Amino acid sequence: MKNLLTMTAMALCLASAATAQEKTEFRVAWSIYVGWMPWGYLEESGIMDKWADQYGIDVEIVQINDYVESINQYTAGAFDGVTATNMDTLSIPSGGGVDTTALIVGDYSNGNDAVIIKGDGDLASLAGKPVNLVELSVSHYLLARALDSVGLAERDLAGVINTSDADMIAAFAADDVEAVVTWNPLVSSILEDPAATKLFDSADIPGEIVDLMVVNTETLEANPDFGKALAGAWYEVMGLMAAGDEEVLTAMAEASGTDLAGYQAQLASTEMFFDPADAVAFTSGAELPATMVNVAEFLFDKGILGEGAPSADFVGVEYPDGSITGDESNVTFRFDTTYMQMAADGAL
Amino acid sequence: MRLINIKPNRPLAVFLTLLPFALVFIAYAIGSDIRLTANPADKLLPAPSTVWDTAARLTTEGDRRSGRILFWYDTWASLKRLGLGIGISASVGLIIGLMIGLLPLVRSFLAQFVAVLSMIPPLALLPILFIVFGLGELSKVVLIVIGTLPFIIRDLSQRTLEVPQELLVKAQTLGASSWVITLRVALPLVMPRLIQAVRLSLGPAWLFLIAAEAIAADLGLGYRIFLVRRYLAMDVILTYVIWITLLAFVMDWALRRLSRWMFPWAEEGL
Repeated sequence: MKNLLTMTAMALCLASAATAQEKTEFRVAWSIYVGWMPWGYLEESGIMDKWADQYGIDVEIVQINDYVESINQYTAGAFDGVTATNMDTLSIPSGGGVDTTALIVGDYSNGNDAVIIKGDGDLASLAGKPVNLVELSVSHYLLARALDSVGLAERDLAGVINTSDADMIAAFAADDVEAVVTWNPLVSSILEDPAATKLFDSADIPGEIVDLMVVNTETLEANPDFGKALAGAWYEVMGLMAAGDEEVLTAMAEASGTDLAGYQAQLASTEMFFDPADAVAFTSGAELPATMVNVAEFLFDKGILGEGAPSADFVGVEYPDGSITGDESNVTFRFDTTYMQMAADGAL
Repeated sequence: MRLINIKPNRPLAVFLTLLPFALVFIAYAIGSDIRLTANPADKLLPAPSTVWDTAARLTTEGDRRSGRILFWYDTWASLKRLGLGIGISASVGLIIGLMIGLLPLVRSFLAQFVAVLSMIPPLALLPILFIVFGLGELSKVVLIVIGTLPFIIRDLSQRTLEVPQELLVKAQTLGASSWVITLRVALPLVMPRLIQAVRLSLGPAWLFLIAAEAIAADLGLGYRIFLVRRYLAMDVILTYVIWITLLAFVMDWALRRLSRWMFPWAEEGL
C-alpha cells in the first residue's frame, strides 16, 4: 500500500519534469501552421542537429497534430518548448504558472486569419447570425476585434458555435452554417467557394496575432546553449527562405499539404521575420505591450484566465526593456530578445 | 478453509467496495499536492478542494455573460440528445429485430445488410453526417442512432431467433396469427433483452454524444469539456467527468431496476 503510493507519487513527479537543471537533451513540439513549417524542415534537413552538435547538446523537434494538445503537453512539462501564439501562451502555460519565455518571435498573422460569410454582406450583417469558430482561440479574438470595429458585441450574434478546425471546411459546406472564423490553410480552401465572402482578416489588426517559439524560462536560464542552438538553426532556415530557396520552400509546402504556389500564397499573408533584427525591433516595439493588454482583457472577459484570476492583470508580462504589464509579482511570460539579437549580430 | 469459500461479511464487503475509490482519491490527492507545492498555480492536478469549490460554483452560479447556470443547461442539452438517440435506437431496433428474428423473408432481406452496416465505424461518417444533416441537433442524434442501432438490431434478432421453436408451434396450434405470436410470444420474451441491450449501448452512446459535441456545439457536457481544455481548466473537466460518470451509472442502475421490476422471471447477473 505504502509502496503503491510512493510509486504513484514518483510517477506524477516524473510527469512534471520541468526542473531547472543543466541537461543536454531537449524536446520541443510544433504543429502545422504556415509560420511554423520551418520547425519541421529543421528537424528533417538535419540543420537542427548541426546546430545542436555545435553546442554539444541534443534537440528533438516533435510534430504534434493537435495544436492545443501540444501546448498542454508543454505546460505539463513533457516538452522544453512549443510553438504557440502570444494569446495561447498567456492563457495556458503562463496562466498555469509555468514561467515561459518567448525565445523566437517568428511572424505575425497579416491576413492568415479571417472572418468569412456565405453570400454578400459586411461586418454589420453578422448581427443575428450564428458564427462557427474554434471558441476561445485566436479566431474568437479576431471576431471580437472585428465586431468591435463596427460597434457590435458578441451578444448581438445568434451565438458562437464551437467547431473543430479539422471540420471547419465540411462545416462551411453545411446549410445551417452562415459564417465562420478560421485560419490558413483553411481560409484559402473555404474562399475557393464562390459563395464565400471575406469580411475581415488579421491584416486589419496587424501585429496582434503573433506566432512564437516559447520555452521554459528556468530551462533556458540553466541552459543558454539550448536557446542559442534553436535561434541559430531557425535563422539559418530563415536565410534560406528569404533567399527564395525553392527546394526548402517546396519541402515545407509538401509538409503542410499544399504545393509551392499555395504555400507562397499563405506566406504572403504572414509577416515573417526573416531577419532577426526585424524580430528584435518588433519585440521591443511600443505596440506589443498594448497588444498584450488587449489580449489579457479579452481572455479575462471570456473567463479563460481561470478561477485563480481575479482580474485581467493577473499574469505579468515582461518586455525586453524590463517593463512589465500586469501583475509584477506574478511574471510568467517574458519576451526576450537576447537570442534573436545574438543571431542578428552573428554571435551564434 | 479454501480461499474460494471465504465470503466477506456485510461491513467487510462495504469496506472492500469503497477501498478502490479511496485509493484512487488518495493517490490523486498526493500527486496533486506534490505538483502544487512545486507550482501553486499548476492547472494539471488541481487540489480536491479546488475541484469541490469549482463544482459548487458550476452548479449554483450563473455564467458571466448570460447569467444562466451553464452546468444544468449542459446537462439538459446532453441528456436530451442522448435520450432521443437511444430512444430511437431502442424502438426501431426492437421492431426490426423482431421482424428479422421472426420472418424468414425479412431475415433474408435485412440480416446481412445490418451485419455489414454495423461494421462501419460511426465516427468515420461524421463529416458526411455534418454535410447531410447540418451541424445542429439532428446530426448529433443521428450519430448516436447510427452508433447504437445496428448492435441493438443484431442482438434482438438473435434473441428472437432463440425463442424455442416449440413455443411458436404451440401458439400456431392454438390458432395464433403471426401478429399475435409477435405480440404475445416473442415480444415478452425479448423485452428484457432489449433493456439489457440498451444498458450495454449506453457506453457507446455517451462516447458518440461526447464526440459529436466536441466537434460542433454551443451547449452540452462534451462541448464544455473540450472547450475548457483550451485553457487546461482541469477542475472544470474533472467536475464534468465525475458528473457524466454519475449520470451514466444512475441510468444503468435505473434500467436494471426497471428490468427486475417488470420482468422478475428474467433475472440476470451483473
